[in-house]
Amino acid sequence: MADTMELRDIEVWDGNMAAAQALRQVQVDVVAAYPITPSTPVVENYANFLANGYIDGEFVMVESEHAAMSGCIGASAAGGRVATATSAQGYALMVETLYQASGMRLPIILNVINRALASPLNVNGDHSDMYLGRDSGWIQFDAYNPQQAYDLNFVAFKVAEDHDVRLPVMVHQDGFMTSHTAQGVKTLSDEVAFNFVGEFQPMNDMLDLDHPVTHGVQTEEDWHFEHKARQHNDLMTKVFPKIQAAFDAYEALTGRKYNIVECYDMDDAEVAVVCMGTSVETAVEVAKEQRAKGIKAGVVGIRVIRPWPFEQIAQAFQGCKAIAALDRSSPNGAPGMLYNELAGTLYNAATRAVLTGYVYGLGGRDLTKSLLNQIYADLVANAAAGKPTTALQQLIGVRGPKLEFL
Amino acid sequence: MQKSGWSEFEIGAMLRSFEGATNNIAITHQEDRPYSKSNSFTASVADWRIVKPVFNKEYCIDCQFCWIYCPDISIISRDKKMIGIDMDHCKGCGICVEVCPTNPKSLLMFPEQQDEEAALSEWPAKEKKEN
Repeated sequence: MADTMELRDIEVWDGNMAAAQALRQVQVDVVAAYPITPSTPVVENYANFLANGYIDGEFVMVESEHAAMSGCIGASAAGGRVATATSAQGYALMVETLYQASGMRLPIILNVINRALASPLNVNGDHSDMYLGRDSGWIQFDAYNPQQAYDLNFVAFKVAEDHDVRLPVMVHQDGFMTSHTAQGVKTLSDEVAFNFVGEFQPMNDMLDLDHPVTHGVQTEEDWHFEHKARQHNDLMTKVFPKIQAAFDAYEALTGRKYNIVECYDMDDAEVAVVCMGTSVETAVEVAKEQRAKGIKAGVVGIRVIRPWPFEQIAQAFQGCKAIAALDRSSPNGAPGMLYNELAGTLYNAATRAVLTGYVYGLGGRDLTKSLLNQIYADLVANAAAGKPTTALQQLIGVRGPKLEFL
Repeated sequence: MQKSGWSEFEIGAMLRSFEGATNNIAITHQEDRPYSKSNSFTASVADWRIVKPVFNKEYCIDCQFCWIYCPDISIISRDKKMIGIDMDHCKGCGICVEVCPTNPKSLLMFPEQQDEEAALSEWPAKEKKEN
């Protein structure tokens, strides 16, 4: 029996420790992991807890991230509660198995500590790895600070393991900006945390020897489409109600409220910035400063990236006149992902807000308040003109001649 | 099952081996197991074969080599007596013939279309040892 860890009501944790403590508190059975900066402390801390008797689990050291997720898939199909963590190049190496995990409907939790994808090699935070997984059939949550990284892990297990869902979940946080920045984190006791998620309820597990099953079967043109259609249907129809129910239950337990789309000062906002990760907190601060100057500024943070909250997004921008989509990943020859998703979402919606896009913060480059002030100045001009006054895509915070396209 | 729609099967790329619960399946003979429709046992792969093994009971010593070596569990043995070949799953690899130790062999490969009676009638005689 695992030992209980006595926690203070507020602990000073960085995002990695917050995620690791959540994995300990839900008593993850198997972590198969391979270290990579900046995610390493998540699994390192789990291994530490395990070695010190705080977890009744198994830590499997493997030879690559591909093997890490493969080990997680095997352990999950066998019937265990399973989690791991990775970043950037490791995430890229995992991609093949990410699709396996979701197609096999295995409720694995992956903490992704967002980091730029090489080349050039870079260990700092941007969202290129997070974007890479967006068609992989996983549910994706985004945390903006260590507290949220802690809280969203519990919600992730609760949603993933629900027998009506049975889909893997990624909990994202920004590399270094969140993962290595210690902040006060309000904790749950081990008992309360575990009871929120509950005992793992296996489904079609390989260790149920009275009901033998074959996992990971091959299908060709006669069956493949039906399986993918089923998974897409479940992502489109079953996941949001379960996420909302889990958010509601978590709020009832802790008082901390999460929303599928996070709106800050959006009730009467005329100009709005849409972003993810730590950028949301900076943008919220700048929006308040803009409001002090009489500009009706707001911020929308995407909390659930997949499934994409189409209806909630359309709802969020009613009355808005100009929107900026901030993408922290090089689109490499296209508009940014957030720009495209927002354009697709809003094209048939009631709003006719002007939509422009910005690419920022690659490889951990800071998103400064002055950059956000410039964005809001652009938005105010767009709102007044009723059309874009800038290029549809601008790269901001990069040295050299101004880069803008479209 | 062939025409089931996307909402008509269990989630996950997963197939059940048997209908309902099983116990002591390891000591239940294949013909008595409640195989599911999706179990590969219920599918015939006989058409993969271009040559087939023919069993000549007259020379068999029930050594069980063929049963042990068959990669497709297609040698049917009961109470340690070789009783025949599962022709729905045998793929004609010839390993059983290769490992058969009798003289002449109790298993020989013949063309798939060869009549079994004819095959048995042309069985080779015992080879004499030289010296």
